[in-house]
This record gives sequence, C-alpha cells and structure tokens, in this order.
Amino acid sequence: MGDNIKIIENATCTFCGCVCDDMHLTVDLDEKKITKAKNACVLGRAWFAQHGIPDYPQATIGGKEASVEDAVEEAAQILAEAKFPIIYGLSDTTCEAQRHAVAIADLIHGCIDTTTSVCHGPSGIAFQGVGESTATLGEVKNRADFIMYWGGNPAESHPRHFTRYAVTTKGLYTPNGKKDRTVVLVDVRKTPSAPVADIFLSVKPGRDFELAWALRALVKGRKLDPSIEQVTGVSLATLEDLVDRMKNCRYGVLFFGMGLTMTRGRHFNSGAVLALTTDLNEFTHFVAKPVRGHGNVTGADNVLSWQTGYPFGVNFSRGFPRFNPGEFTTVDTLARGDADAALIIASDPASNFPRKAIEHLGAIPVIALDTKQTQTTNLARVAFITATYGINTAGTVYRMDDVPITLRKAFDSPYPTDEEILTAIRRRVQALCGGPAVPLRKVS
Amino acid sequence: MSSPLRIINGRVFDPANGVDGEVRDLCIRDGRIVDQLPAQARQLDAHGMVIMPGGVDIHCHIAGPKVNLARKMQPEDHRHDVVPSTAVTRSGTGGTVPSTFATGYRYATLGYTTAMDAAVPPLGARHTLEEFHDTPIIDKGFYIVLGNNIFLNQLLKEKRHEEFREAVAWWISATKAYAAKLVNPGGDEPWKGRRNSNVSDIDANIPEFDITPRQIINAFVHAVNDLGLPHPPHIHCNNLGHSGNFRTTIETMKAAEGRRLHMAHIQFHSYGGELGKNPKSKGPEIARYINENENITCDVGQVMFGKATVMTGDAPAAYVLRKITGNKWVNSDVECESGCGIVPFSYQEHIYTHAMQWAIGLELFLLSKDPWRIVLSTDHPNGGSFMSYPRLIKLLMDREFRKQEIARVNQKAIRNTVLLDDLEREYTLNEIAIITRAGPARALGLVNKGHLGSGADADITIYDELEDKEEMFSSPRYVLKDGELIIDDHEIRQDHEGRLLHVAPAYDEDIEQQIKPFFDKYYSIEFGNYAVGDEYLHRHQTVPTLGERQS
Ligand code: SF4
Ligand SMILES: [Zn+2]
Repeated sequence: MGDNIKIIENATCTFCGCVCDDMHLTVDLDEKKITKAKNACVLGRAWFAQHGIPDYPQATIGGKEASVEDAVEEAAQILAEAKFPIIYGLSDTTCEAQRHAVAIADLIHGCIDTTTSVCHGPSGIAFQGVGESTATLGEVKNRADFIMYWGGNPAESHPRHFTRYAVTTKGLYTPNGKKDRTVVLVDVRKTPSAPVADIFLSVKPGRDFELAWALRALVKGRKLDPSIEQVTGVSLATLEDLVDRMKNCRYGVLFFGMGLTMTRGRHFNSGAVLALTTDLNEFTHFVAKPVRGHGNVTGADNVLSWQTGYPFGVNFSRGFPRFNPGEFTTVDTLARGDADAALIIASDPASNFPRKAIEHLGAIPVIALDTKQTQTTNLARVAFITATYGINTAGTVYRMDDVPITLRKAFDSPYPTDEEILTAIRRRVQALCGGPAVPLRKVS
Repeated sequence: MSSPLRIINGRVFDPANGVDGEVRDLCIRDGRIVDQLPAQARQLDAHGMVIMPGGVDIHCHIAGPKVNLARKMQPEDHRHDVVPSTAVTRSGTGGTVPSTFATGYRYATLGYTTAMDAAVPPLGARHTLEEFHDTPIIDKGFYIVLGNNIFLNQLLKEKRHEEFREAVAWWISATKAYAAKLVNPGGDEPWKGRRNSNVSDIDANIPEFDITPRQIINAFVHAVNDLGLPHPPHIHCNNLGHSGNFRTTIETMKAAEGRRLHMAHIQFHSYGGELGKNPKSKGPEIARYINENENITCDVGQVMFGKATVMTGDAPAAYVLRKITGNKWVNSDVECESGCGIVPFSYQEHIYTHAMQWAIGLELFLLSKDPWRIVLSTDHPNGGSFMSYPRLIKLLMDREFRKQEIARVNQKAIRNTVLLDDLEREYTLNEIAIITRAGPARALGLVNKGHLGSGADADITIYDELEDKEEMFSSPRYVLKDGELIIDDHEIRQDHEGRLLHVAPAYDEDIEQQIKPFFDKYYSIEFGNYAVGDEYLHRHQTVPTLGERQS
C-alpha cells in the first residue's frame, strides 16, 4: 500500500439496485485502487476491488487502436447514415450520460431502449395498466410489519436488502427489527433467501399468476375450491392464513423479482401482484416494489420518461417519441433484422441476448461504450473504454425506489466518461443531421 | 445576448406600475427593461398588440417524482398529442402531463415565462432539478413539502419552536427550494400508519406527535414569516374535496393570525353540504373572508372540463378518487417526509359535482374584490391542463360566452350557486394581467417579475388584440425571455435556458447536529448525501429573503 491514501465517506455502490450510499472507501491513489470498502457486502467489495485502471486502448475502430476523436467521428458517421439506428443499455451509467443518449436518439430518429426491456419491462407495462401503491425503502424500514418477497432471491442478488432496508433493520415503528415483522417468501424452490422467511410458499413453476389471482379472490371475500392447491401448489388453508395476515398487518410490503416478471405470464403476473396490492388497501396500508437489478436502471426509466413520456422501447423515426414494447424493444429490432446500426452503452447484449439477436448484432456496425472489454466491445466496429461510474466519475443514480443519489468519485481514470463520449458524439451527430444544438455548458 | 431592442406602438398593461393599456415604448438591454436606449436601437413594432409581462404560474405540477410517475403511467395520454422536434427544439409528448421539453415550450407558447412546481418531497429535490434542467425557456422553482415531516413534527411536539424555524430554513436551503409547502398537515401518519385513515378536523390531535393540524399550520406561518422567505407558507388544507370542507378552510386562514399565508387551489376547499353527500357552494363565503383579510393570497385551482390527471401530495384524497373512478392508481410513500397519490381523471359537464366545482371556481374569481390576491390556476394538471388557461381567461372576460357555457352544464349544480344572480362582471385586460402575472409575482416576492418597470426581467408577452380572448391568449405573436425573442410570429425561433429560482435562508448550523441523528436512525440514505449540491443548479438565481433585501 502506498502512502497516498484517501478516505471517501458516504460513497455509493452501484453494483446492484440497492445503491447503498454508506460506503466508506479507502483509496490508494498511487496504485489507483480501492483497498477497502467498509459496509459493502461481498458483491460490493468485489465490485470496488476489481476496479483498477485497465490497460486497454481508449478507443478502437475495427479492432485497431484509434484516437478518441477519430472514433467519435466514425461513430457519428455510422449513426447519421443509418436508417434504423438503435441505442441500448444505459442501466450502468449516470443519468447525465443517459440524457445525452436520448438526445442522440432524438437527433438520429432512432430507437432507444434500456435493459428494462429484458428485466422489469413487464412491470413497467403492468404499471401502465394498474398503477402501483409503493414506497421508498426507508418506509419499509420504519413501518413494515409484513414483508413478502415473490420471485426473487435478494440474499444472493441484493445482499444488503434484508439488513439495510427491509427485514432485520430497525425503524421508527419497528424498533425490534425482525421481531416486529412477518416475512414471507414465494418461489418455485427454496433459495438462499428462504431462511429469512417465517413462511415459505412453494409455487408451481409458471403458476404465479394463478396464485396471485387466488389471493385476490380471497382478499375480495370470494370462496375458492380446495383444488386450487393442484393449480398453484399451495393449499387453500395456507392461502387463507396468508390473506388473513395480509389484511391484518399495519403496513404490508410486496417485493417482486424477475422470477415473477420473466416467467409465464410476464406483465400479467406483475399486474396481478400490483392489483393485489391495490385491493389490500381496502383493509390496510399496502405497497409493492419491483426489486430492480442494475445500479441505475431506475434512472434510465426516469430519464426516458421525463424526456419522452415513455420508460423504455421508444422510437423517434417520425420525429417524435413513440412507445411500443415488442416493436421498439431491442431484442425485437435485432431479431427481426430491422436495426442497421447500434450504439450500446454499458451493457453486453452480445453475451446475453437470444441467438438470433446476437447474430444480427454481428452483422451491423456497432458502437460500444464499456468500462472493460466485453463480447459486445469485441464485435463492435467502434469501441470506447470509459471510466466507471461511482468509482471514477460523479453523477446521479436512482435507487430501485426512485430515490436519486449523487455519486462520489474515488480516483481519477485516464479514460473519458460515458457522458463525455456521448456529448462528443451528440455534437458531431447534430452537425451531421441538423436539429437542436447541444447545450454548451457541461452537464455536471 | 442580442442587441438592445425597443418595442414600439403597443398597448402596455403593467398594473404594478399603474400602466393600463397606454401606448408606450419598452426598452430592453442585457435581458432587462431599461429606461431608455439610443435612438438607433433595433425596433419591434407592436401596433395593434397588447403587451404584458410574461405569465407567472404560482401553482402547477410539472417536474419531479410524482409528475414522472404520472407520465410513465399514461402512454394513452401522450400518443394522441405528439411534439415533433424542429431545427431548434427537442421532441416530446403532450397530454395532461407533458414531457419536460414540451412543458417548457408549451408554457412559452402561452406567453408564460415562470412556473412553480407546488409539491416536491425533499428527497425528490435532486430529481426535480434534473427535470428542470431539461425544461427549457421558462424560469422555475419548487416548493418542498414539509407539513408531514416527522422530524419537524417531533420538534413541535417538544415545543422547540426556534429549532423548528432553523430546521425549516435548513431544509429549504439544503434542497434548493423556493418555498415551504404544507399538504394536508398531519394526515400522513393516519394514512401510512393507521390503515389508510385521515385527519378530518383541524383541531384533532395527532397522537404520534401530540399536536393538531392547526398547530402545525400556525408554526409554519410564524417560522416562514420570521425567516422572511419571499413566499409565505403555501398550504393545501385538510379535507380537500370533501363536502363541508369550507369550515376547515376558514379555520386554516384564521390559524395564520393575520400573517401572510397562501391558500392553494382554494376552489377545492370551498364546499358546503354534508360529508359524503353532494357538495354545495361556499364560494361566496370563502371569497368574502379573503376579501376581508389582506394577509391571505390564493390561487383558484379552476376545474376545466375534459381530461385531467390528479396528482397530489394528499394521498388520502387521491385514494377517494380512485374509489370513485376505479381507475388505475398510484400511491407513493416517501420516508419521514411525505407521499403522493395519482389518478387519471376527467371532468364532465353533466356530472353534478364536476359542474359544481367548475362553477365555484368562477364564483371565486367573480366575487373576489382584490385581483392582487387571487391567482389564475387550474392546479395543473389536477383541475385541467395549463393549456386551458386561454379558455379560462375567456370565461372571465366574456360574459356572453360564460352564459353559453353555464347553460351547457348540469343545471342542478348551477342553481346551487350564485352564477345566475347577476354576476355580470367581466375581467378587464388589466385585471387579467394582474391575476396571471403581476399578482402571482408579488405573492411570490419576485421583484423583477410580473412588471415592466426599469430593472425588471425582460420577460414579455405580446398578443395580437383579438375579440376572441381564447384565441388571443392561446398564441402570442411575440414572447421575449430575458430579452431574447423566443417566439416570433407565433412560433418558437430559438431555444433558451431558463433559470432555477431558489432561496437560501441562513440558519444556525447547530441544527444539522440535531437532524443528523434522526437521519442515521430513520432515513435510508446518508445525511451526508441528502443536501443537494450546487452542480444541480444549472442556470439559477438565489432570490434574497426579505431581511437580505433590507440590508
Ligand atoms: S447490496 Fe448491492 S449496492 Fe449494497 S453493497 Fe451490496 S452490491 Fe453494493
Ligand atoms: Zn397542486
């Protein structure tokens, strides 16, 4: 360890949607490494530890090292010439960068979409159908005496969710922490999150919708046939007991994850649990919240919504925003072969999209921004390595409950930020395509 | 910055300076109105036109967490009303909750150059500032919701009024807000903690804090006036929308004890009748009280028929509407501070209650005697979109049009109002200039806005003088913002970045030591990450407190 040590308090971990802002970082400025991340969970510690300064070229064109200026020029030319350009990713970068990405989509009359379309897109669609009774995580900590997790495994995906926000933490009206709460877990199998639960419900795979609908019926006082157990895997007595607890708690919370939103039923499933939550408000105070994954996917939803009116899957080909999931979402524009150029920001679709979509991605010019080399940067025509948000850059992220938090920079990176690259591309595209000028003043 | 400009030949309405429609030159240099310019300065001929200061919206909901939830929830609100990009403007979508860019452009195309978002939870201040950064042309600010703040209410419980005042100052400074807002004071605890109930009596004890809504209101009135904030507490009373609520409204005004208080969307608080039954009008009683009490300003919150979006920090009120309509519904609790409710809504002429609300708003406008203390608003988008302001102006200025419209709505409701009892009043252009710009600027304590005297911001709207007032106010010929010609020949010719308007009252720094332990225990973000940094300010102006102005 060098002597040039800096301590950063109240830093924020962006590794998962918990966006814990109580990190106490020890930074070795000579080594450009975070040597200690107090308060972080295992995932957070790994996230902070793995970020040194890599030894990649700042930019490549066709796999060959290039200057950032040349790469920006090449990227802008590709985007300006394309007939159906798409922009995708955005959930692991700052809102300041996301705002420029939407502006580029507006200028090039392209599509813009985020990782929401492959995780909680169905929750977004359900939200448009039913609304949502919800709360910030501090309300859960202070008030919740009944907490239900459905289709998620926070113990592994969001390790501090239980201790910091929901289960064991103590709050204003929950001074005894877990003792003051009933915790229920609904999943198709016992996950590492199960030990925290007082009640575990094993739902038959693909039967989440039926289970939610059965609960709605019981909440509304309808009679159900015991054969519901064959359908859902849960006995009528268990369901009745659960509904009784739900109606009689003081402040109920239903967290749901991708086990609900990305299985059979999708947005019907999200809609069913949101409607169940609404129904329960006839009896008591009840809220629900999708447990979002990536650090700033919630920020991406917010930025797209305030700039366009829609949260993801937006197309500007007519000169104004249109929303149509299934048509303008990225897996679809790629798999159909519509897209003829792609700008991918802080995401690696080449490693996790369906085969057909990846094949098409390989056949069109791709511009990629990432903090490291990925399968997507490897297949990209133009690739930029950028500074890591929250470690090498400040900026804004939104926690899964829409609470915005300002990042603190730990140490400087020789790499430019996403915001800088996107601003440069935006400026150049504006010169090529026409359209509203880029505000001159720097955003952050 | 463009070169100096002289506007000639127009009829100027500048009520703050006693100018009522006289033809005068207006000189503009460096974004301000000046007394004179060299003879050779550029000229703009406003012959046949009416010149007013830019409009000032004292109460609307245009940015921040709940507005964005309402946008996200209603694709159906956007798709029929699109805003294409142009060579100088960004694209967007409209409807009752437009995207940020569209919001800025549309205010400007109505001749409004300043707008205040009326309810932001402090935790959402950063979000609001980010949206404001993407809201072009207009100047803007926001009020933070403090009336259900647990820490503040605990101070009141312990009768620590001085610390309460310092904490209010801290909260406003820390969030870059413009004013303190109270929404249904005392109502959050029963809503969140006691099975969605509510407080219905201004003198009912809130057991969690052992205080009453009246005590909360009174404490804010004194703290905010003592701090000398340019705008007094801005209050959304208890019992919004409930029949018989006018008593609560009068008692709320009494709780101000003669000190300055702004009553938000008072139409929604002017109902007689029995709880749970159809409302009756108490517009005349409320108007009389306001006429007689000069410490009170209000905005009307006029209901306009058609599509609206109810979005309010008053979550219980939104829930009542959700039950009536069965529509999709958002409730969003914000830890230790506030919450909100959202319901898509539509006001219809044939429905008794909606017609009654519409008529009560008109009664309030027509019976008020001091236009300086009543502000035109629809509580956008709660009573209807700000885009309906021109129609509302026509209702006030054109008696024949008003009669026609009155004849079209539920007559049972109209018979329960005084609208048919020779309310022949027609607002003059001068009075319109007061209720849409001069009055709200004064109520906000914005000394450089709402008038056209020397030193004022050159935010100017120039209308073709037309018989049809809706047409006239829908589409000004020219709009200048900070002296820049933004709208020329009815169209946006250039983009412009408006300012954030905020206040930064001084406070005793020891108060942070009191607030921090509360944060450490009960908030889910760190105290050190709560205050909003200057990097969120973009173009801004710190409006001085009254004390700072004197010294
Ligand atoms: S819970 Fe998530 S945000 Fe918090 S420290 Fe762990 S990985 Fe980081
Ligand atoms: Zn309002």
